[in-house]
Amino acid sequence: MLQLDNISKTFGTRPALDGVSFSVRDGRMTGFVGGNGAGKTTTMRILLGVLESDAGNIQLDGKPLDAEQRRHFGYMPEERGLYPKMKVREQLVYLARLHGYTQAAAGRNADSLLEELGLGERRDSTLESLSLGNQQRAQIAASLVHDPAVLVLDEPFSGLDPLAVDTVVEVLKQRAAGGAAVLFSSHQLEIVERLCDDLVIIAEGSIRAAGEREALRAQHSAPRYTIVTSGDLGWLRDEPGISVLEFDGGHATFDAAEASASQRVLRRAVAEGDVTSFAPQRASLAQIFREVI
Amino acid sequence: MNSATAGRPSPRFSQSVALVAEREITTRLRSKSFLITTGILLLLVLGGVIAGGIFSKSISTTTVATVGSLSSELSNVPGVEVTTVEDRTEAEALVSEETVDAAVLPSEKGAVSPVLIIANSEAPSLLVQWLSVSPEVILLDPENQSSPLSYIAALGFGIIFFISGMTFGPMIAQSVVEEKQTRIVEILMSAVPVSALMAGKVIGNSLLAFAQIIAIAALAVVGLSVTGQAEVLSLLGAPLLWFVGFFIIGFVLLAALFAGVGAMVSRQEDLGSAMTPVTMLIMLPYFAIIFFNDNATVLTVMSYIPFSAPVGMPMRLFLGTAEWWEPLISLVLLLVTTGLAVLLGARIYNNSLLKVGSRVSWSEAIKG
Repeated sequence: MLQLDNISKTFGTRPALDGVSFSVRDGRMTGFVGGNGAGKTTTMRILLGVLESDAGNIQLDGKPLDAEQRRHFGYMPEERGLYPKMKVREQLVYLARLHGYTQAAAGRNADSLLEELGLGERRDSTLESLSLGNQQRAQIAASLVHDPAVLVLDEPFSGLDPLAVDTVVEVLKQRAAGGAAVLFSSHQLEIVERLCDDLVIIAEGSIRAAGEREALRAQHSAPRYTIVTSGDLGWLRDEPGISVLEFDGGHATFDAAEASASQRVLRRAVAEGDVTSFAPQRASLAQIFREVI
Repeated sequence: MNSATAGRPSPRFSQSVALVAEREITTRLRSKSFLITTGILLLLVLGGVIAGGIFSKSISTTTVATVGSLSSELSNVPGVEVTTVEDRTEAEALVSEETVDAAVLPSEKGAVSPVLIIANSEAPSLLVQWLSVSPEVILLDPENQSSPLSYIAALGFGIIFFISGMTFGPMIAQSVVEEKQTRIVEILMSAVPVSALMAGKVIGNSLLAFAQIIAIAALAVVGLSVTGQAEVLSLLGAPLLWFVGFFIIGFVLLAALFAGVGAMVSRQEDLGSAMTPVTMLIMLPYFAIIFFNDNATVLTVMSYIPFSAPVGMPMRLFLGTAEWWEPLISLVLLLVTTGLAVLLGARIYNNSLLKVGSRVSWSEAIKG
């Protein structure tokens, strides 16, 4: 587990990070969400040791993170970059060797990754000859080629078409399932919502919310329910402890003051007709995001 | 933490450096422009050697027709090929049909000179010089003598250092900027220490430059001995070895500075102006050696200034004006300066590598 504790960073006089603390757990995908300039990239650069923090510390499995451990991290920087004139496979092999792989092992890793990411046929093309989407895939391959135990990906999905997003999501999920701790940032909240197990929301350099996705959603959801029945729900307005938000014949959305009130509604609805749907309405990530920042 | 990386050690510093250097070298060796430049440089050296051979041959053999009484004496003149004839008529015939360059005959009684030269349109100067009675000459400042050969040697050392510096220096800077511009530097920095990155670049490109300079030196040596210019070789041999030694250290000095300067800009377009101060350090000794290769004072100063020592000291050794200990002192000075330049370059490199946008100022780059 990667644990950030009270990280602060100031650029000149502008505070970029102010007491940032959160953790990235092994085997889980942690989504890192925040607006432009909120501090995501700075946090990630500090994690990788590319930038130094002014204060605070980072621990990996309870021990202070050092340069040696960082060498095993996989990193995809916000600013994309590989050697434009170098062949894709060659770059991957080079990067893996920089991380300590032998030529042969690096080659094997590069080949299987390129297959996985659908770049197998372009392995001997120079990077600059690839389409932007394929360059992006190559970039992701570059962060994975040394089998990192910790993955830090800055906006890994930007610039990918929906099919490519699916491919990359699949690859990242596999890595997490294999035990890697994955931290990724994204502007695309739907993808984060679909993909992440844990969520960290940052705004203006400080963490506004952090925790398991479902717990956060429950925490930020009003006790709101949607019900669909075959009968008329006109009686709902007169139920004590219930306030109706939307109503249209057999379809209604309401807030319940307490859980027992919602159960009472469900029992009466079943008694009066067929209930086709009864569901708590959870706050979407976008809603939570707007609420906390 | 998990099995994926457990037990796999990070590569040692030296391994990282070697990997970076290896990539630099293979990338260069695949670049057409690099191969073409090297080819042209080698051809220039070869051409120079061959031209020198032809030049020295053409002055060295003057064919002379003479009569029996003079032939034994003339045979001792270096560069003269003697044909013995019976009398003046026969000698004149050989000259006019251009079988020989000139005829040398005993002069008629009462003449100032004991011999007479007969030639077609111009008397061979070598012959005239040899047979003239020259007054005794005392040189008060013998170091200031200049000969075409010393000029050619000066030009040779100067041009080779200049071309190598101007080829490989900016190449290092460009390769640093490329990594900065494409932002791969962030990935590299997360994989290897920054110092390994810079060391690899400097070493990789320096090795290429050394290989090139050694190839040039070898070509010059082989060429000179094949074309029968062993005399030039014996004059040039030791200075050439010193030149290679000075070059190797002097080049690392330049390479470190170029790497630092490269890190200061974010785009190739800005590189030219940022490199100017360092390119001046290459240009100045080049022009100085061309204009002042016959000025002993300037040469002595040049041979101790680290930036011009790789050109200045071999030149003085070639002219034979340097004591045996002088190149050693100059070499130590160069080594110390190179050490400092590597530290300075590394500092600038470290401080500037992640700063994107406009050019990093010198004070910012050095102070951090």
